[in-house]
Amino acid sequence: MTVINTPRPPATRSRIGRVLTYVLVIALALAIAVPVAWVLLASLKKKSEFFGSPWSLPEGLRLQNYVDAFTDAHLGQYFMTSVFVTVLGLVLVLAVSVPAAYVIARYEFKGKGFVELLLLGGLFINVNYIVVPIFLMLVDWDKALVDVFPGGFFLDNPSVLSLVYAATSIPFTIYLLTAYFRSIPVAYEEAASIDGASRFRIMTRIMLPMARPAITTVILFNFLAYWNDFIISLTLLPGEGKTVQVGLLNLFTAQKAAADYGRLYAGLVIVIVPVLIVYAFIQKRLIEGMASGGVKG
Amino acid sequence: MAKTRKSAGDSRRGKASPARRPGHTRFVLACLLPALVLFAVFMVYPTVNVFRMSLYTWSGFSPDMKFVGLDNFRHLIDDDQFVRAFQNTVTLLVVVTVVTMGMGLFLAAIMTRQKLRSRNFLRFVLYIPNVLSVVVIAAVFSAIYDQNNGLLNSMLRLVSLDSWQQVWLGDQKVVLYSVGIAMVWQSLGYYMVLYMSSMSSIPEELYEASGLDGASASRQFFSITMPLIWQNLRTSLTFFIMSAVNLSFVLVRAMTGGGPDSSSEVLLSYMYKQAYTNSSYGYGMAIGVVIFAFSFLVSLLMSRATKREPLQF
Repeated sequence: MTVINTPRPPATRSRIGRVLTYVLVIALALAIAVPVAWVLLASLKKKSEFFGSPWSLPEGLRLQNYVDAFTDAHLGQYFMTSVFVTVLGLVLVLAVSVPAAYVIARYEFKGKGFVELLLLGGLFINVNYIVVPIFLMLVDWDKALVDVFPGGFFLDNPSVLSLVYAATSIPFTIYLLTAYFRSIPVAYEEAASIDGASRFRIMTRIMLPMARPAITTVILFNFLAYWNDFIISLTLLPGEGKTVQVGLLNLFTAQKAAADYGRLYAGLVIVIVPVLIVYAFIQKRLIEGMASGGVKG
Repeated sequence: MAKTRKSAGDSRRGKASPARRPGHTRFVLACLLPALVLFAVFMVYPTVNVFRMSLYTWSGFSPDMKFVGLDNFRHLIDDDQFVRAFQNTVTLLVVVTVVTMGMGLFLAAIMTRQKLRSRNFLRFVLYIPNVLSVVVIAAVFSAIYDQNNGLLNSMLRLVSLDSWQQVWLGDQKVVLYSVGIAMVWQSLGYYMVLYMSSMSSIPEELYEASGLDGASASRQFFSITMPLIWQNLRTSLTFFIMSAVNLSFVLVRAMTGGGPDSSSEVLLSYMYKQAYTNSSYGYGMAIGVVIFAFSFLVSLLMSRATKREPLQF
């Protein structure tokens, strides 16, 4: 018996499609890899080498640009500021968000609906619009406390910057953690409660370890946000101390004016490499996290 | 035994007022207050302040703060630079959204349907720009666009398309699109991966069945893939518009400073110029309010226009 509805032979159809797909996707991958690789190579060039063809290879493994970027352009120092601010910000946001998310997920209390709504609204507040009032508020606080701290306390203080990072990522962090806490069965807590564990103990010893995947996701997303932030740190650290992103922008402006790019490209590599290393280790988790909660449908 | 009755368990059973162990309120407050205080001080209060300050003229640091009502907003209409910034923002949003979403969907579809062996590696590479900071992207693209030694112009020379060479960031007609390309470069991978993850959950049988009925790949894309990921697409669209408003600002600030002759000025960069450079904080915040309203309105319209009956599989 002949089959009327013969399926098209999949091999021929997909072979053409496959080749086209490869060509297209490889072109795109190159469009991303080439500029990154190019910056890496250019970071090894001398000033004179920038006037030749941009495709020429550097004459040798010249690391002077890196030394200059680290010391003369203070990128090493800015780098450490960024590490400090990012780590402290992560600690702070977890310290306040984990208990709050747990309570919202598991406890009934007056005004819970309002709190949830408020935090949900916070997801739509964008830091770019409110950083000006935050800046002015800190200026006011410094003015009010001028007798105690004549040099000012709130502006140019990396710890305050961490606090602002933490505060502005609270809605997102609580949103993600609450959803995860709710997905954990209540039975574990009930059992611990029968055994006489206190509320605090249940939260820290039972729920916290179980929420580890969600906490990791939160750390990853907030790490990228804090480390890559530019606007908030530019505004709140107007003095000598800077984060590495702001330092990079200054270097960018200076080197462009001097048509001397070596140090700039070295600076770029210094900023890119740690992020790429972290990304290489966590990409799976990052992508899973993105699919599960980063943008929720 | 009263001790075992936890409020969580009660709420799960849907009781209105659960029996509480002593210390319930204290524990809830201790857990909730630090987060709420931080949130109120650094997010709610400044947000309210944006709206309040938009009704004043104020240079920021002097105590001389004058209430002017809606005057700031009235001035906006006659401000050519503001109108320009508004138009630029709209143009960028439309172009970048269409290109990024279109390419993201297309790539996700072929990478999901054609079982590429190197799929994971490509996904890894295409996602890289999304973990880079905007300053890095601005610097890399300035190097690409550099008039004499830039990658783009020298590549055009290499393939003898010399006439296509441009002053990519210095030409009023081109500069906005140059910034737009950097924006697409940054966000394409993210949206591709997002769509891939929702496409990969579509059951294979649907494609097999329609393939037997003779449906082409493009037919399958529009009749199966698109309807089934529609909700995901809607959400990401709103999200994209919000983030594109911000991304454009930092790129413009770092790459062009809004120039030449405000041909690449966007709303946020103009807001900052007014607030910090001109010390017109009230006027700057009025622009902030416009951006708020604009993003909100666009999201609302988008979500209305794209509403469909949710499909299940």
